[in-house]
Order: sequence, then structure tokens, then C-alpha cells
Amino acid sequence: MEHYNMNLTLKVWKQKNSQSAGRFETYQVKDVSSEMSFLEMFDVLNEQLIHEGKEPIAFDHDCREGICGTCSMYINGRPHGPWHGTTTCQLHMRAFKDGDTIVVEPWRAKAFPVIKDLMVDRSAFDRIIQAGGYISVNTGVTIDGNAIPVNRDNAEKSFAAAACIGCGACVAACKNSSAMLFLSAKVSHLALLPQGEIERKKRALDMVAQMDKEGFGSCTNTGACEAVCPKEIEITNIARLNREYLSAGLSADK
Amino acid sequence: MLDAKIPAGKLEEKWNNYKGHCKLVNPANKRKLEIIVVGTGLAGASAAATLGELGYKVKAFCFQDSARRAHSIAAQGGINAAKNYQNDGDSVFRLFYDTIKGGDYRAREANVHRLAEVSVNIIDQCVAQGVPFAREYGGLLNNRSFGGTQVKRTFYAAGQTGQQLLIGAYQAMERQVALGNVEMFSRHEMLDVVVIDGKARGIIARDLVSGKLERYFGHAVVLCTGGYGNVFYLSTNAMGSNATAVWKAHKKGAFFGNPCMTQIHPTCIPVSGDHQSKLTLMSESLRNDGRIWVPKKKEETRRANDIPEEERDYYLERRYPAFGNLVPRDVASRAAKERCDAGYGVGTTKQAVYLDFKYNLINKYGRTEASKQGIHNPDQETLIRLGKEVVKEEYGNLFDMYEKITGENPYEVPMRIYPAVHYTMGGLWVDYELMTSVKGLYCLGEANFSDHGANRLGASALMQGLADGYFVIPYTIGNYLADEIAVKPIPTTHEAFEAAEAHVSERINTLMNIQGTESVESFHKRLGKIMWEKCGMARNEKGLKEAIVEIRALREEFWKNVRVPGEINEMNPELDKANRVADFLELGELMCMDALDRRESCGGHFREESQTEEGEALRHDDEFMYVSVWNYKGDESWEMLKEPLNYEVIQPTQRNYK
Repeated sequence: MEHYNMNLTLKVWKQKNSQSAGRFETYQVKDVSSEMSFLEMFDVLNEQLIHEGKEPIAFDHDCREGICGTCSMYINGRPHGPWHGTTTCQLHMRAFKDGDTIVVEPWRAKAFPVIKDLMVDRSAFDRIIQAGGYISVNTGVTIDGNAIPVNRDNAEKSFAAAACIGCGACVAACKNSSAMLFLSAKVSHLALLPQGEIERKKRALDMVAQMDKEGFGSCTNTGACEAVCPKEIEITNIARLNREYLSAGLSADK
Repeated sequence: MLDAKIPAGKLEEKWNNYKGHCKLVNPANKRKLEIIVVGTGLAGASAAATLGELGYKVKAFCFQDSARRAHSIAAQGGINAAKNYQNDGDSVFRLFYDTIKGGDYRAREANVHRLAEVSVNIIDQCVAQGVPFAREYGGLLNNRSFGGTQVKRTFYAAGQTGQQLLIGAYQAMERQVALGNVEMFSRHEMLDVVVIDGKARGIIARDLVSGKLERYFGHAVVLCTGGYGNVFYLSTNAMGSNATAVWKAHKKGAFFGNPCMTQIHPTCIPVSGDHQSKLTLMSESLRNDGRIWVPKKKEETRRANDIPEEERDYYLERRYPAFGNLVPRDVASRAAKERCDAGYGVGTTKQAVYLDFKYNLINKYGRTEASKQGIHNPDQETLIRLGKEVVKEEYGNLFDMYEKITGENPYEVPMRIYPAVHYTMGGLWVDYELMTSVKGLYCLGEANFSDHGANRLGASALMQGLADGYFVIPYTIGNYLADEIAVKPIPTTHEAFEAAEAHVSERINTLMNIQGTESVESFHKRLGKIMWEKCGMARNEKGLKEAIVEIRALREEFWKNVRVPGEINEMNPELDKANRVADFLELGELMCMDALDRRESCGGHFREESQTEEGEALRHDDEFMYVSVWNYKGDESWEMLKEPLNYEVIQPTQRNYK
């Protein structure tokens, strides 16, 4: 791999807290190595700001391995930036060239209020899970793991849906700020397994109700969510959720 | 003074006997008892969920924005359990034996045996919760092998096992949140333990969004806050992983066990430059199918694929024919260092070795697939194509991650890997009930010292975290709380809460008012460099003594010249980091002191003065068959106690993986 250095102009959203108004601030970053990750470039910028006696930029990040779902930058109009199937933390500076201007914003959605700069509050996702994103078993079950065989194909589809990291890129990309890809991934994960069968109807109804309550928008099938999902969660999960929801609505007792 | 409270009786009967005789709390009383759980990784989430199910009033805290983001999420390869589904000779005893041996005979027999016993329940529990483990075509659970074992006992979900297990535990906990049994506090960091009359009765936490300090009462406090690998700055831990909770507990009287025992993982992506903020692991499961090698010639300039087979040194297969590429982590890491130090390293920095999949991709997977598809005499190209498909299924996400970071395609060229700090076997000292030396203060998962001795085997961290949370603490905490049912919740206006909060507040003010010239990050980097060079993969008396002096000086400089921007009462990530790094600067010194005291090599602790002629770790059981237990005496001074390790079943020998 050819390594190179570059100078960049960054336009970053700065906002003191959820109450105050935000604005873009422009920064120059010099000698950025193509081997750095996008967040390491932010580390370098923040070190520079601290040395100059200025406020560093607040952003969410943790594992830096693309799995915890914490990082959440809206880069040049796209959640997690230009690379397909990649979180912000796994995006590397090879994606950019000398002289580029990069615009960085937080996730924007009514249900994800800004906490500071690029950090948002995604606790609405936790509340959607609380509404039914689980199988109701207490610790201490005594049936042997292999007493519940699972068709391998279903197990793989279930796993592919369960790979969702709950980052919220789907919401940020959607013009309606819908959380349908997130929600459908959870419903699919559980509905595809025999263990999830018993609570299947109630789960779909309750989780959708909670999503509406949180202020997420409706799904109009634009597919923007699938296009930006760093874990490549498929939009077919939304179709499955719609089937689950419809059949639950038609046959539920309540 | 040190009582590990190990139950009497035969090893295999201890846990059952304990469960049969420990005190119980009736359901009506459970509702009156409050438990604080700090940390929501595998240990914390599973403990909070289970204690909530039992009817206790639980408050759970995490510094992340959601409980689901705790660093257990990043565990890749798998979780061990003695199910013997493969019919290859596994048993509870074998898992127990492998773990003790893998830990180089520095773990407690009774704890490890209990771990092996409950390992089978964990798998059942996770399957019932809907964890989508890998399966065979017949619908049953699949297994792979990990280092330090000769059976296939590792359950997995591609390279995302930690994620799937954590989501299972997180969902179970969120269910209890919905039911009102668990109250969740995310973006909250514990900054002190409140001790009243010798018992843990609460915590001081900081709301990281508002910056406000808050007081919480609990009849008991359970710390599940993970390891302290970030003392080294560069490690495979998440950026936020820290030792603050256990360090505060330590200063309030909880002893620290084996602080020097750190695990350097052999297969990580090498450092690429000074900007590096963390290191990324490539799962040990890759050693199932990847072969590790370096060129036989020094200063080799050819590209990996151009070096012919006979000019490659598969040094693990050469040195350890019985275990080959699947030797335990400490052995594999030292062997990589040995080759690189001797001048055989690869890549631009020469601090890397190759992990090569080509052989198994073609010969193992390619041929099996060809045979399945009825292709006779397949050509090389077909084998590669078929093999790639299977490898993609097994490790796809890891290969993608490698490519994103390095820009190289590991299906085509071998990965370059080097050891990196990954896990800490040391942690708060706990007894058999997982209680620290402070009554009512418990410590679970990586944060405690208990089960892995001097080296942890792969796929055993997930096992221990979930064992502690799902199956151990629900019993042992009841044994304590049964005597606390008459204790009414203590108002947080109590003087002990006042004093603890004032202490925390004062420290934060001090940090903010220094307004020096150097960033928190720069101090952390300098600490990491000292630790890696002098208390890393190889340690010696001279280096450790120097490190202690250097760390003290660095700490002094930190408290004079650190610069923390922003304000106290707002979201201020630099302040959060300053609090954590200040604690690392103290813990680092204790790690060096412990490493200096242990003048033997064992597991991940390698003292250059103590090695065999072949360069293997040389233990001295006559002198060091103990857990070093550090008691903080105030004013940066400690006394060391020793918990002798009395083996009743296993006879310690020189570890041999040849």
C-alpha cells in the first residue's frame, strides 16, 4: 500500500449542549497520514486544539473495531462516510486525498437529540428493546442447548440480522428518520429462531408501538438505510417485519 | 486476615455442597434489598438481569451511552464449555485441568472447577435466549478449537461471539428494566465506593452528560468493570475501558490480586505509526486455520508469496509439534518476539510475523468443498475459489476488518501480526464467593483476579464473565444479604456519602485547576511506553526498578502540568479521561512492584532472570506458589499479603506443549 500525507479542511458541527444552537466551525489539519483511521485524525486535531487552548470536539467512540456501535459521524452527507459496510472508526484516511474538504455532522433525528457537538442521545433504541426485543426466559433453564435444533439456514439469517450494532446510521440516513431497519433486524433475529416463536406476535406489535412513541418517522421504502448500514443489514428484514406485524395485527387477541 | 472461604470437601462436590447449604433470602425480603451493579459487560449485564429476575432491586451503571456497548461486545472467537458435543474426549475435568495448566498453576483449584462445572449451563442459557450460535447442517451446535487444548469445545457466532452473547445478556437485562426490577443509568461513571461500618453501602457516580455528582445507596455493590489493559495506552481494549472503579475500591480497602499478570495476545495487527490510538485483535480462532511463519533468512526482502515453502520457518510447529499453532497465548507471543528480536521479523517495521491461510484454505476447505460438490481432480484455482467461500463464512468479518485497517487482502497475502496487550488476569482479590476484602463489595469477570492464574486460555473470558454473572453471584450474594434483611436503606445524606462526594469533587476541582501545558493523552502515551518497554512481554529487575521511578516522576508531572479544557458541569470527555489516566498512573506503579516481587516466570509474566535453556518460562513453585495480594496502606504505600495456592488434585509440572 502506498502511504501519503495530506492537508485537509474540516467543517465540523459544534453545539454546546442540547439547549443551545449549533454552527459549523472550520479547522485546518496538516500532515494527515493515509494510514490513520478517521477518528485518529480527530484525535490529532483535538490534541492540536488543546495545545492552542481551544475546546476539543466532542464525539462518541469506544471500541474502534467497528462492533460497539458507539461512533456516529455523518461525513460528507453520509452516515459513517464514503466506505460501504464500514463504521466511522474503521474508515481510514486512504479514502481522502490532499486538499479535500470534509463536512462532519452528528446524526440528525428528532428521536436522537444532540448532547454536544457530534454526540447524540440514542437511548430511544434501548427503550425499543425494552418493549419486547428479547425472549422471556429467566436464568437457570435446564433444557440442553442441543435439545433445540435450529435449521442452519435460519440460524445464519438470524445471525445476519443479530449483527446489528445499534449505531443509528439507518435513522440518520432516512429522510423520515425511521428506525425500521433497526427494529426489523431485532424482530427478524428472534422470529427466525424456534425459541422466539412464542412471543412473536406481541413482540412485533409492542416494539412498533414504542418506535412510534419515540418520534421516529414512517418507512417509505427508499432503501437509504440498507445502503449505509455498516453491518449490511438487509432491507428484506423490513419486509419480514411488515409480514410479522400484519399477521400479528390480524390474529392478535387484543 | 486472608480467608478465601473455599468450602470443605472433595473438589467436585464443593460447589454443589455450597449451593445446598448457603443462606437464602425469601422473595418478600428480596424486594427490600437493593444491589448496585457497576459495568454492563457480560458479567455485569448477566448479573443485573439475574438478580432482577430473582426480585432484588437493582441499579445498573455504565459509562457508555448504552449498556449494549460494553467492551465484551468486541470479543471475537468464542466461548468454551465442557459439553463434549464433539465426542472427542472432553469433560468438566479436562476443561478444569486445561485452565489450571494454561494458567501456569497460579489459579485456585476450587474456583476453576466451579467455572468448568457451570460452563455447560451457560450454553443452555444462551441458546434459550436466542443467541444465534454457529450450527451444523443437522441443526445442532458447532464447535471450533482454541489454544492450549486438544479438543473442540469452543462455541461461536462467526467472529462476533462476544457481541452475540452480550446482546443476549443485554436483552435479558432490558427485559428486567421494562419490568421495573432494574434501573439503568447509562453515561454514568462510578468515582467512589461508600463504605459504612466496614460494609459497602453505595457509590458516588458522575452523570457524564451534566457533570453532576450523584449518590446511590445499595445493600451490596457489585463491580463488573473489566480489565486494566489500557494502562499500556496501546491495547486491544476499547478507548474508554478503565480501572477507575476497581482502583477506587482498592483505595477503600479492597485488596488487589496479582496486578502484574497481564496477557499479551499473539495475533494483533501491528502498530503502523505514532498516531496509533489502539490495537486491533485478530481472533485466536484464526490459528485453527492460519499457520504462523517467518522467513528462514534474515533481512528477507522478497514478498511473502514469493518465498518458497522450504525457506519458511513455521516456528510454532517446529518448536511445539504437539500443539503447533495452537499453543497458549503467552507461549505464542514470546515465540513471535523471539523471532523478531533475532532479526527475522517482516513488514516495514520488522516487528511482525506472518499468519498465512493459504495452506488450509486450499488443502482443508478447498478439497472438502470440492469433494462435497463431486469435483474430481480439482485444479488449484478451483480449490482456492471453493476454499475462500468457506473461509469467508468462518472468519469473513475479521478478514474484512484486516483489509480496512491495512489496505491488504488477507485472502491473497498472509496477514502481518504482532503481540499486543489484551487482557489482565490480575484484578481485585475475591474469595470463593466473589466478595472482595470489603464486606458486601463483590467483583466479577475480568475485573477480579480469580480464575485464570498467570495466563488466560482463549474463549475463557466470555465463559468466566457469564459464569460469574448468571450462575455464581445469584447464590453467593444471597448468602451475605440474608443477614442484611433488617437493614433499612441508608439515606444518602449520611456523613459517609457526604465525605465520599466531597473527596471526589475536590479531586475533580484540582484536575481542572492545574491548567498546565500537556494534554491528558500525552501523559497516557508516556505511561504506556514505560509499561510496554519495562513491564511488558519480558521484564527484569533493573527495568522494573527504573519503571517505578519513572512512573512516580510522570505522576508528579501530571498533577503539576496536565491541561484539562472545558468545564466541570458539562459533557467533558477530556475530564473523564483525566480521571482515568490519573488512576492508571498509580496502578502502573503497583503492577511494576508486583512484577518485581515475583522473581519467577509464569504464564504471561516473564522474568528474563528465570527461564529454561530453551527460553521457556521457568516457575519456582517452592517460593512463588501464591497469589500476591496487595493491601493499600495510604500515601502511595502498600503491604503485600500472600494467599498460598494449595493444590489437592493437580500436580503442578513444567508446562509442556511439545
